[in-house]
Amino acid sequence: MQPDSLTFIFLNAFLINNFVLAMFLGICPFMGVSGKIKTAWNMGLAVIFVMVVSSVCAYGINAILVRFDLEFLRLISYIAVIASAVQLVEMTIKKVSPALFRTLGIFLPLITTNCAILGLALFQTNRSYDFIQCLSFSLGAGAGFTLALVLMAGLREKLELADVPDVSTGAAMSLMLGGMLSLAFMGFAGLGG
Amino acid sequence: MVQDPRLPEKLSWETFSTGLWKENPVFVMLLGLCPVLAVTNTAMNSLAMGLATTFVLLCSGVLVSLLRKVIPKQVRIASYIIIIATFVTITDYAIKAISLDLYKALGAFIQLIVVNCVILGRAEAYASKNPVVNAFVNALGMGLGFTFALLCLGVVREVLGSGSLFGFDLFGPAFQPWVVFVLPPGGFFVLAFWLFIFSVFRKRKERAQSNKEEVANAA
Repeated sequence: MQPDSLTFIFLNAFLINNFVLAMFLGICPFMGVSGKIKTAWNMGLAVIFVMVVSSVCAYGINAILVRFDLEFLRLISYIAVIASAVQLVEMTIKKVSPALFRTLGIFLPLITTNCAILGLALFQTNRSYDFIQCLSFSLGAGAGFTLALVLMAGLREKLELADVPDVSTGAAMSLMLGGMLSLAFMGFAGLGG
Repeated sequence: MVQDPRLPEKLSWETFSTGLWKENPVFVMLLGLCPVLAVTNTAMNSLAMGLATTFVLLCSGVLVSLLRKVIPKQVRIASYIIIIATFVTITDYAIKAISLDLYKALGAFIQLIVVNCVILGRAEAYASKNPVVNAFVNALGMGLGFTFALLCLGVVREVLGSGSLFGFDLFGPAFQPWVVFVLPPGGFFVLAFWLFIFSVFRKRKERAQSNKEEVANAA
Protein backbone atom coordinates (compact mmCIF):
# COMPACT_ATOMS: atom_id res chain seq x y z
CA MET A 1 0.00 0.00 0.00
CA GLN A 2 1.20 3.52 -0.77
CA PRO A 3 2.05 5.35 2.46
CA ASP A 4 0.08 8.43 1.35
CA SER A 5 -2.93 6.63 -0.11
CA LEU A 6 -6.25 7.41 1.52
CA THR A 7 -6.90 3.82 2.61
CA PHE A 8 -3.53 3.61 4.28
CA ILE A 9 -3.98 6.90 6.14
CA PHE A 10 -7.36 5.70 7.36
CA LEU A 11 -6.11 2.28 8.47
CA ASN A 12 -3.01 3.79 10.02
CA ALA A 13 -5.03 6.08 12.26
CA PHE A 14 -7.73 3.47 12.87
CA LEU A 15 -5.68 0.38 13.80
CA ILE A 16 -1.91 0.57 13.38
CA ASN A 17 -1.25 3.81 15.21
CA ASN A 18 -4.49 3.86 17.16
CA PHE A 19 -4.77 7.25 18.88
CA VAL A 20 -5.60 5.81 22.28
CA LEU A 21 -3.69 2.57 22.42
CA ALA A 22 -0.51 3.40 20.52
CA MET A 23 -0.17 7.18 20.78
CA PHE A 24 -1.78 7.73 24.19
CA LEU A 25 -4.04 10.57 23.14
CA GLY A 26 -7.37 10.91 24.88
CA ILE A 27 -6.53 8.70 27.84
CA CYS A 28 -8.77 10.72 30.19
CA PRO A 29 -12.08 9.84 28.47
CA PHE A 30 -10.68 6.35 27.83
CA MET A 31 -10.44 5.87 31.59
CA GLY A 32 -13.37 8.11 32.52
CA VAL A 33 -16.30 7.21 30.29
CA SER A 34 -15.57 3.60 29.42
CA GLY A 35 -17.78 2.19 32.16
CA LYS A 36 -20.72 1.27 29.92
CA ILE A 37 -20.81 0.30 26.25
CA LYS A 38 -23.73 2.65 25.56
CA THR A 39 -22.01 5.81 26.86
CA ALA A 40 -18.71 4.80 25.29
CA TRP A 41 -20.45 4.52 21.94
CA ASN A 42 -22.10 7.95 22.25
CA MET A 43 -18.84 9.54 23.31
CA GLY A 44 -17.11 7.95 20.34
CA LEU A 45 -19.68 9.33 17.89
CA ALA A 46 -19.38 12.83 19.34
CA VAL A 47 -15.59 12.66 19.06
CA ILE A 48 -15.70 11.53 15.41
CA PHE A 49 -17.97 14.45 14.64
CA VAL A 50 -15.81 17.05 16.39
CA MET A 51 -12.64 15.55 14.91
CA VAL A 52 -13.88 15.94 11.35
CA VAL A 53 -15.10 19.50 11.96
CA SER A 54 -11.95 20.66 13.73
CA SER A 55 -9.69 18.90 11.24
CA VAL A 56 -11.30 20.86 8.41
CA CYS A 57 -11.08 24.12 10.40
CA ALA A 58 -7.45 23.47 11.35
CA TYR A 59 -6.60 22.84 7.71
CA GLY A 60 -8.08 26.21 6.73
CA ILE A 61 -6.45 28.08 9.62
CA ASN A 62 -3.06 26.59 8.86
CA ALA A 63 -3.29 27.63 5.22
CA ILE A 64 -4.00 31.22 6.30
CA LEU A 65 -1.24 31.27 8.94
CA VAL A 66 1.37 29.88 6.54
CA ARG A 67 0.40 32.48 3.96
CA PHE A 68 0.99 35.35 6.37
CA ASP A 69 4.08 33.78 8.03
CA LEU A 70 2.43 33.50 11.42
CA GLU A 71 3.20 29.88 12.27
CA PHE A 72 4.03 30.71 15.89
CA LEU A 73 0.34 31.46 16.44
CA ARG A 74 -0.61 27.96 15.33
CA LEU A 75 -1.10 26.42 18.75
CA ILE A 76 -3.18 29.27 20.12
CA SER A 77 -5.39 29.41 17.04
CA TYR A 78 -5.90 25.64 17.00
CA ILE A 79 -7.05 25.53 20.59
CA ALA A 80 -9.39 28.47 20.00
CA VAL A 81 -10.75 26.81 16.86
CA ILE A 82 -11.38 23.53 18.65
CA ALA A 83 -13.17 25.24 21.51
CA SER A 84 -15.41 27.12 19.08
CA ALA A 85 -15.96 24.04 16.92
CA VAL A 86 -17.18 22.14 19.95
CA GLN A 87 -19.50 25.00 20.84
CA LEU A 88 -20.77 25.16 17.27
CA VAL A 89 -21.34 21.42 17.08
CA GLU A 90 -23.19 21.57 20.37
CA MET A 91 -25.52 24.31 19.12
CA THR A 92 -26.11 22.61 15.76
CA ILE A 93 -26.99 19.28 17.31
CA LYS A 94 -29.28 20.97 19.78
CA LYS A 95 -31.13 22.65 16.91
CA VAL A 96 -31.18 19.77 14.45
CA SER A 97 -31.73 16.79 16.73
CA PRO A 98 -32.67 17.41 20.36
CA ALA A 99 -32.84 13.64 20.94
CA LEU A 100 -29.19 13.15 20.01
CA PHE A 101 -28.28 16.20 22.07
CA ARG A 102 -29.83 14.65 25.14
CA THR A 103 -27.99 11.35 24.62
CA LEU A 104 -24.62 13.04 24.27
CA GLY A 105 -25.25 15.37 27.19
CA ILE A 106 -22.20 16.45 29.17
CA PHE A 107 -19.77 14.66 26.86
CA LEU A 108 -19.95 17.31 24.17
CA PRO A 109 -18.35 20.22 26.08
CA LEU A 110 -15.82 17.85 27.64
CA ILE A 111 -14.40 17.06 24.23
CA THR A 112 -12.64 20.45 24.17
CA THR A 113 -10.07 19.22 26.66
CA ASN A 114 -9.54 15.95 24.83
CA CYS A 115 -5.96 15.87 23.65
CA ALA A 116 -6.83 13.53 20.80
CA ILE A 117 -8.49 16.43 18.96
CA LEU A 118 -5.56 18.83 19.32
CA GLY A 119 -3.18 15.95 18.57
CA LEU A 120 -5.05 15.27 15.34
CA ALA A 121 -4.77 18.90 14.25
CA LEU A 122 -1.04 19.00 15.08
CA PHE A 123 -0.23 15.69 13.39
CA GLN A 124 -2.02 16.55 10.17
CA THR A 125 -0.02 19.80 10.04
CA ASN A 126 3.29 18.10 10.80
CA ARG A 127 2.70 15.51 8.10
CA SER A 128 1.42 18.18 5.68
CA TYR A 129 -1.63 16.24 4.54
CA ASP A 130 -3.82 17.76 1.82
CA PHE A 131 -7.52 18.37 2.36
CA ILE A 132 -8.84 14.93 1.38
CA GLN A 133 -6.09 13.19 3.34
CA CYS A 134 -7.05 15.27 6.38
CA LEU A 135 -10.63 14.04 6.10
CA SER A 136 -9.52 10.41 5.83
CA PHE A 137 -7.11 10.87 8.74
CA SER A 138 -9.72 12.42 11.03
CA LEU A 139 -12.32 9.76 10.19
CA GLY A 140 -9.79 7.01 10.88
CA ALA A 141 -8.64 8.57 14.12
CA GLY A 142 -12.22 9.06 15.31
CA ALA A 143 -13.17 5.51 14.39
CA GLY A 144 -10.07 4.21 16.18
CA PHE A 145 -10.93 6.19 19.28
CA THR A 146 -14.48 4.81 19.25
CA LEU A 147 -13.23 1.26 18.73
CA ALA A 148 -10.80 1.50 21.66
CA LEU A 149 -13.43 3.04 23.92
CA VAL A 150 -16.12 0.46 23.09
CA LEU A 151 -13.71 -2.48 23.48
CA MET A 152 -12.58 -1.14 26.83
CA ALA A 153 -16.17 -0.62 27.98
CA GLY A 154 -17.00 -4.19 27.03
CA LEU A 155 -14.06 -5.49 29.06
CA ARG A 156 -14.97 -3.36 32.04
CA GLU A 157 -18.59 -4.49 31.99
CA LYS A 158 -17.33 -8.08 32.26
CA LEU A 159 -14.85 -7.08 34.94
CA GLU A 160 -17.68 -5.85 37.17
CA LEU A 161 -18.65 -9.48 37.71
CA ALA A 162 -15.11 -10.77 38.20
CA ASP A 163 -13.65 -11.37 41.61
CA VAL A 164 -10.35 -9.43 41.66
CA PRO A 165 -8.11 -8.83 44.69
CA ASP A 166 -9.07 -5.88 46.84
CA VAL A 167 -6.03 -3.71 46.05
CA SER A 168 -6.25 -4.08 42.31
CA THR A 169 -9.69 -2.57 41.79
CA GLY A 170 -10.20 0.78 40.08
CA ALA A 171 -7.68 2.63 37.97
CA ALA A 172 -4.86 0.12 38.26
CA MET A 173 -7.01 -2.69 36.84
CA SER A 174 -8.29 -0.45 34.01
CA LEU A 175 -4.71 0.43 33.09
CA MET A 176 -3.77 -3.26 33.08
CA LEU A 177 -6.66 -3.90 30.66
CA GLY A 178 -5.54 -0.95 28.56
CA GLY A 179 -2.06 -2.43 28.38
CA MET A 180 -3.39 -5.76 27.19
CA LEU A 181 -5.57 -4.09 24.55
CA SER A 182 -2.57 -2.09 23.44
CA LEU A 183 -0.50 -5.27 23.22
CA ALA A 184 -3.19 -6.81 21.05
CA PHE A 185 -3.27 -3.75 18.79
CA MET A 186 0.47 -4.03 18.22
CA GLY A 187 -0.40 -7.06 16.13
CA PHE A 188 -1.75 -4.69 13.49
CA ALA A 189 1.71 -3.21 12.98
CA GLY A 190 2.41 -5.41 9.97
CA LEU A 191 -0.84 -4.42 8.27
CA GLY A 192 0.67 -1.64 6.17
CA GLY A 193 3.13 -4.07 4.61
CA MET B 1 5.10 21.12 59.81
CA VAL B 2 7.77 23.58 58.70
CA GLN B 3 6.68 27.21 58.62
CA ASP B 4 8.88 29.70 56.82
CA PRO B 5 8.59 32.98 58.79
CA ARG B 6 9.40 35.26 55.85
CA LEU B 7 6.30 34.26 53.91
CA PRO B 8 2.68 35.34 54.43
CA GLU B 9 0.64 33.66 57.14
CA LYS B 10 -1.46 31.39 54.96
CA LEU B 11 1.48 29.97 53.08
CA SER B 12 2.66 26.78 54.68
CA TRP B 13 4.81 23.80 53.84
CA GLU B 14 1.53 22.12 52.89
CA THR B 15 1.12 24.51 49.95
CA PHE B 16 4.27 23.06 48.46
CA SER B 17 4.18 19.46 49.61
CA THR B 18 0.58 18.69 48.71
CA GLY B 19 1.46 18.37 45.03
CA LEU B 20 4.49 16.23 45.73
CA TRP B 21 2.75 13.47 47.58
CA LYS B 22 -0.72 13.85 49.07
CA GLU B 23 -2.34 15.13 45.89
CA ASN B 24 0.24 13.93 43.41
CA PRO B 25 -1.33 14.78 40.04
CA VAL B 26 -0.49 11.44 38.46
CA PHE B 27 -0.58 8.79 41.17
CA VAL B 28 -3.43 10.18 43.25
CA MET B 29 -5.54 12.42 41.02
CA LEU B 30 -4.89 10.53 37.75
CA LEU B 31 -4.63 13.77 35.77
CA GLY B 32 -2.59 14.40 32.66
CA LEU B 33 -2.08 10.74 31.90
CA CYS B 34 -1.44 11.16 28.18
CA PRO B 35 2.14 12.52 28.43
CA VAL B 36 2.77 10.26 31.43
CA LEU B 37 2.27 7.22 29.25
CA ALA B 38 3.52 8.56 25.96
CA VAL B 39 6.94 10.11 26.56
CA THR B 40 8.27 8.03 29.46
CA ASN B 41 10.10 5.46 27.34
CA THR B 42 13.45 6.84 28.53
CA ALA B 43 14.40 8.59 31.76
CA MET B 44 15.80 11.57 29.86
CA ASN B 45 12.57 12.18 27.97
CA SER B 46 10.61 11.92 31.21
CA LEU B 47 12.82 14.48 32.92
CA ALA B 48 12.60 16.90 30.00
CA MET B 49 8.84 16.55 29.75
CA GLY B 50 8.44 16.98 33.50
CA LEU B 51 10.55 20.14 33.55
CA ALA B 52 8.76 21.59 30.53
CA THR B 53 5.41 20.99 32.20
CA THR B 54 6.70 22.48 35.46
CA PHE B 55 7.83 25.61 33.61
CA VAL B 56 4.44 26.09 31.97
CA LEU B 57 2.70 25.34 35.27
CA LEU B 58 4.79 27.96 37.10
CA CYS B 59 4.48 30.72 34.50
CA SER B 60 0.77 30.25 33.87
CA GLY B 61 0.10 29.94 37.60
CA VAL B 62 1.84 33.24 38.31
CA LEU B 63 0.16 35.07 35.43
CA VAL B 64 -3.30 33.73 36.22
CA SER B 65 -2.81 34.71 39.84
CA LEU B 66 -1.67 38.23 38.85
CA LEU B 67 -4.65 38.68 36.54
CA ARG B 68 -7.18 37.01 38.80
CA LYS B 69 -9.01 40.27 39.55
CA VAL B 70 -8.93 41.43 35.91
CA ILE B 71 -10.27 38.39 34.08
CA PRO B 72 -14.09 38.34 33.96
CA LYS B 73 -15.60 35.19 35.38
CA GLN B 74 -17.52 34.25 32.23
CA VAL B 75 -14.48 34.01 29.95
CA ARG B 76 -11.98 32.74 32.49
CA ILE B 77 -11.45 29.26 31.03
CA ALA B 78 -10.80 30.65 27.57
CA SER B 79 -8.37 33.22 29.02
CA TYR B 80 -6.53 30.55 30.99
CA ILE B 81 -6.16 28.42 27.88
CA ILE B 82 -4.74 31.36 25.91
CA ILE B 83 -2.26 32.08 28.72
CA ILE B 84 -1.21 28.44 28.88
CA ALA B 85 -0.93 28.19 25.08
CA THR B 86 1.38 31.22 25.05
CA PHE B 87 3.82 29.66 27.50
CA VAL B 88 3.64 26.31 25.73
CA THR B 89 4.61 28.01 22.47
CA ILE B 90 7.60 29.59 24.25
CA THR B 91 8.62 26.21 25.67
CA ASP B 92 8.20 24.57 22.30
CA TYR B 93 10.53 27.03 20.57
CA ALA B 94 13.01 26.98 23.47
CA ILE B 95 13.34 23.18 23.39
CA LYS B 96 13.74 23.26 19.62
CA ALA B 97 16.60 25.76 20.05
CA ILE B 98 18.30 23.90 22.91
CA SER B 99 18.21 20.32 21.68
CA LEU B 100 16.81 19.18 18.37
CA ASP B 101 17.15 15.49 19.33
CA LEU B 102 15.01 16.00 22.39
CA TYR B 103 12.50 17.97 20.34
CA LYS B 104 12.20 15.09 17.89
CA ALA B 105 11.86 12.52 20.68
CA LEU B 106 9.07 14.41 22.43
CA GLY B 107 7.37 15.34 19.17
CA ALA B 108 3.89 16.83 19.34
CA PHE B 109 3.68 16.12 23.04
CA ILE B 110 5.38 19.40 23.92
CA GLN B 111 2.56 21.27 22.21
CA LEU B 112 0.04 18.96 23.78
CA ILE B 113 1.01 20.34 27.20
CA VAL B 114 -1.77 22.87 26.44
CA VAL B 115 -4.45 20.28 27.03
CA ASN B 116 -2.78 18.76 30.08
CA CYS B 117 -5.58 18.90 32.63
CA VAL B 118 -3.12 19.35 35.53
CA ILE B 119 -2.29 22.87 34.37
CA LEU B 120 -5.82 24.04 33.68
CA GLY B 121 -6.95 22.35 36.87
CA ARG B 122 -4.36 24.25 38.95
CA ALA B 123 -5.21 27.55 37.22
CA GLU B 124 -8.90 27.11 37.94
CA ALA B 125 -8.72 25.55 41.40
CA TYR B 126 -5.74 27.32 42.94
CA ALA B 127 -4.03 30.15 41.06
CA SER B 128 -7.26 32.02 40.34
CA LYS B 129 -8.03 32.28 44.05
CA ASN B 130 -4.66 32.85 45.71
CA PRO B 131 -1.91 35.47 45.83
CA VAL B 132 1.09 35.18 43.53
CA VAL B 133 3.55 33.70 46.04
CA ASN B 134 1.16 30.94 47.03
CA ALA B 135 0.36 30.17 43.42
CA PHE B 136 4.08 29.98 42.62
CA VAL B 137 4.88 27.66 45.51
CA ASN B 138 1.89 25.44 44.83
CA ALA B 139 2.68 25.21 41.12
CA LEU B 140 6.30 24.33 41.95
CA GLY B 141 5.13 21.49 44.20
CA MET B 142 2.68 20.19 41.61
CA GLY B 143 5.26 20.43 38.84
CA LEU B 144 7.88 18.57 40.86
CA GLY B 145 5.28 15.96 41.81
CA PHE B 146 4.48 15.52 38.13
CA THR B 147 8.17 15.27 37.22
CA PHE B 148 8.70 12.74 40.01
CA ALA B 149 5.86 10.59 38.68
CA LEU B 150 7.20 10.78 35.13
CA LEU B 151 10.65 9.76 36.36
CA CYS B 152 9.17 6.84 38.31
CA LEU B 153 7.81 5.49 35.04
CA GLY B 154 10.71 6.53 32.86
CA VAL B 155 13.38 4.90 35.01
CA VAL B 156 11.57 1.57 35.23
CA ARG B 157 10.78 1.53 31.53
CA GLU B 158 14.29 2.44 30.42
CA VAL B 159 16.05 0.01 32.76
CA LEU B 160 13.83 -2.92 31.78
CA GLY B 161 13.25 -2.00 28.16
CA SER B 162 16.72 -0.97 27.02
CA GLY B 163 18.98 -1.96 29.94
CA SER B 164 20.28 1.56 30.46
CA LEU B 165 19.62 4.62 32.60
CA PHE B 166 19.87 8.17 31.21
CA GLY B 167 21.62 6.58 28.24
CA PHE B 168 24.33 4.78 30.26
CA ASP B 169 24.53 1.04 29.78
CA LEU B 170 23.78 -0.77 33.04
CA PHE B 171 24.02 -4.49 32.44
CA GLY B 172 26.58 -4.91 29.67
CA PRO B 173 26.09 -6.61 26.31
CA ALA B 174 24.75 -9.89 27.74
CA PHE B 175 21.48 -8.23 28.78
CA GLN B 176 18.48 -9.15 26.68
CA PRO B 177 16.25 -6.03 26.72
CA TRP B 178 12.60 -6.52 27.62
CA VAL B 179 11.46 -4.54 24.60
CA VAL B 180 7.76 -4.44 25.44
CA PHE B 181 8.47 -1.89 28.17
CA VAL B 182 9.60 0.81 25.77
CA LEU B 183 6.64 0.09 23.49
CA PRO B 184 3.15 1.52 24.19
CA PRO B 185 1.82 -1.42 26.29
CA GLY B 186 4.76 -1.01 28.68
CA GLY B 187 3.52 2.45 29.62
CA PHE B 188 0.16 1.05 30.69
CA PHE B 189 1.74 -1.85 32.58
CA VAL B 190 4.30 0.23 34.49
CA LEU B 191 1.74 2.84 35.53
CA ALA B 192 -0.65 0.08 36.62
CA PHE B 193 2.20 -1.48 38.61
CA TRP B 194 2.92 1.79 40.45
CA LEU B 195 -0.78 2.26 41.19
CA PHE B 196 -0.91 -1.28 42.61
CA ILE B 197 1.98 -0.48 44.94
CA PHE B 198 0.42 2.78 46.13
CA SER B 199 -2.92 1.06 46.59
CA VAL B 200 -1.32 -1.65 48.75
CA PHE B 201 0.32 1.00 50.94
CA ARG B 202 -2.89 2.99 51.26
CA LYS B 203 -4.93 -0.08 52.20
CA ARG B 204 -2.32 -1.07 54.80
CA LYS B 205 -2.39 2.43 56.30
CA GLU B 206 -6.18 2.43 56.41
CA ARG B 207 -6.18 -0.94 58.13
CA ALA B 208 -3.62 0.23 60.69
CA GLN B 209 -5.75 3.30 61.36
CA SER B 210 -8.95 1.34 61.87
CA ASN B 211 -7.12 -1.16 64.10
CA LYS B 212 -5.85 1.68 66.25
CA GLU B 213 -9.35 3.13 66.51
CA GLU B 214 -10.72 -0.27 67.53
CA VAL B 215 -8.10 -0.57 70.24
CA ALA B 216 -8.89 2.92 71.45
CA ASN B 217 -12.61 2.13 71.49
CA ALA B 218 -12.07 -1.11 73.37
CA ALA B 219 -9.99 0.64 75.98
